[in-house]
Amino acid sequence: MGYVPVKGGTQAIDASIQRLKYERLKDQDIIEIETIMSTMRGMVDQVMSESSLYSPYLAALAIKQAEGSMEEAVFLMRAHRSTLPRPYYSQTVEPEKMLVERRISASFKDIPGGQLLGATYDYTHRLLDFNLIEENLEDNLQWLQNYHDQLKQIEAFDEVKYFPKVVDYLREEGLFEAHEPDNTSPIDITKRSLQFPTTRSERLQVLTRGQTGAVTSLGYASLRGYGQVHPTVGEVRVGSVPIYVQHPNEMEHSDEDEFYIGEIKVTEVESFVPTTVKNENNEYELEFEIGYGICYGQNETKAIAMSILDQCLEHPESDFPTHDEEFVLLHIDSVESTGFISHLKLPHYVTFQSKLDSIRQVKKEVPTVEG
Amino acid sequence: MKANTHFAFFDEGSKKEIRRAIMKAVAIPGYQVPFASREMPIARGWGTGGLQITLSIIGKSDVLKVIDQGADESVNAVSIKKLVNETTNVELTEQTSEATIIQSRHRVPEVPLTKGQIIVLQVPMPEPLRGVEAKEYMTKRMHSEDDYSGIWLMLFEQIMKYGKTATFADHPVYVNGRYVMAPSPIPRFDNNKMHQSDSLILLGAGREKKIYAVPPYTNVESLAFEDYPFTVESFEGLECHLCGSTDIFLDELIDQQTGITIHQCNDTSFCMDQLNKKEKAEVQTSYA
Repeated sequence: MGYVPVKGGTQAIDASIQRLKYERLKDQDIIEIETIMSTMRGMVDQVMSESSLYSPYLAALAIKQAEGSMEEAVFLMRAHRSTLPRPYYSQTVEPEKMLVERRISASFKDIPGGQLLGATYDYTHRLLDFNLIEENLEDNLQWLQNYHDQLKQIEAFDEVKYFPKVVDYLREEGLFEAHEPDNTSPIDITKRSLQFPTTRSERLQVLTRGQTGAVTSLGYASLRGYGQVHPTVGEVRVGSVPIYVQHPNEMEHSDEDEFYIGEIKVTEVESFVPTTVKNENNEYELEFEIGYGICYGQNETKAIAMSILDQCLEHPESDFPTHDEEFVLLHIDSVESTGFISHLKLPHYVTFQSKLDSIRQVKKEVPTVEG
Repeated sequence: MKANTHFAFFDEGSKKEIRRAIMKAVAIPGYQVPFASREMPIARGWGTGGLQITLSIIGKSDVLKVIDQGADESVNAVSIKKLVNETTNVELTEQTSEATIIQSRHRVPEVPLTKGQIIVLQVPMPEPLRGVEAKEYMTKRMHSEDDYSGIWLMLFEQIMKYGKTATFADHPVYVNGRYVMAPSPIPRFDNNKMHQSDSLILLGAGREKKIYAVPPYTNVESLAFEDYPFTVESFEGLECHLCGSTDIFLDELIDQQTGITIHQCNDTSFCMDQLNKKEKAEVQTSYA
């Protein structure tokens, strides 16, 4: 009779964890948190966005610990998020007050305030730069020096300049419906689980923390044919917005008493989508609607895809899956999708035994045991 | 920037929130209470629902047992036990009767549970009607309208196709004559252990964000027809090759040397108990 183990899991797990640590340490190189923060901007931004926790430092730590695995880093951040008490909600953030680093519109050749290209990969050729293999700090410093010198020649304004929203210009023309600001407090989806049908505040929260790949794929599907939304990007803006919280105890509030707690960098997108609406005389009219996308850091693809999905979900009457809120919202979360897919690696022998039994019984037609 | 984790991982506010959901679940047996499921240090689908319940109800004097597919030393059970132990320092046990809280995936232990014990079951798919209707909005309505025709039809269709109901684990149950409930993927063999249980049964689905419960001494009936009664997995004529027990849920294994199929208790701590008792008895008889 062969040996069949009853026990033995604990030691095996310990060994596996040791092995994992070995894989991270074996080449005897250490990447510093600061290095990740200053050289892995895109990854740090994506981790913060998908984990819905804004902290470049912790995101960099998560990336280090996860050896650069995106899903693992997001997972670490989300788990950490669960240990943090949440004493405050911020005041409404006004993206008009953004300190813009980049702002473009695809809808117009020129826009009030001008197109501001900023830093983007969009206009680069994706050729591997073999010079980076030999990169050195001295050359980089020299480059930076030259860059700063060139900037000095540009005249700076003393006043902070805010950029108007492209949509405001069209709204004046009556092409967009002017809505009253809806000041209902948003539902916090991390305090109350999604109930269907959802409110827009819930949908936007799920979309903005969605996995970049998932949001992009579904947005793309809608654009390509599995949806009825064909947007034009009205405006993409990237920049920092200030965050304020109210005094927790004061009964009377004024803007003066608000506390500035820092700023966050976001990407904001407003997509213009033509839709058919009925006017007062029951005639069909074309009108523009806005799809809204926003996410932490600079991640324009995700924000644009989000704006498409937001618009899709505003029209649940369409039969496409991208317009089905349960289909979209319940399947784009990184922690949920990667978690459930990976749980298939857990042992399933009891459930499988149950399946085996059922299939054998059906095949053999043996009298079954009454329960 | 080093931070110590709070007792039982969560902040107290989160625990309170989850306990409120549990209270509601106990008050409405079989009803799925939505709750704001937190992200845990273990993956979604790996028992986060159960873990959140365990962490929010556990106190310093509790004794915890964790099993996965019947085994105390299964990889995930070990991982969960370790996490709870590291954040609470509570006593751990493998003895079913010693535990005050038993967190389990896909099994109810063979040793009958007693008054005062709580069994926490991990649930992957809390919605028994999901196979009938994909939309949450619709299934919630069906529950509230007591509309279970879909799931009855599903069982009926199985009889038409296969000549008998052909459900696997997670065979749906009626709780307190009102809600149809997914008992979690426990084998059909375990369904009856939920009926009029002496212990409190809590079920948690982390990814699907639902908590539900079967309070002690509640009726739990497996869905079946009068002429096609509910059946459990058959282990007739089989016994555990280690301890010789019968009438228990058995794992099917292949002897690596002989290639013969053998059977073994699925509940590993039950099996160890039986072996220990046997050894004790043998020692006593040899003295006599």
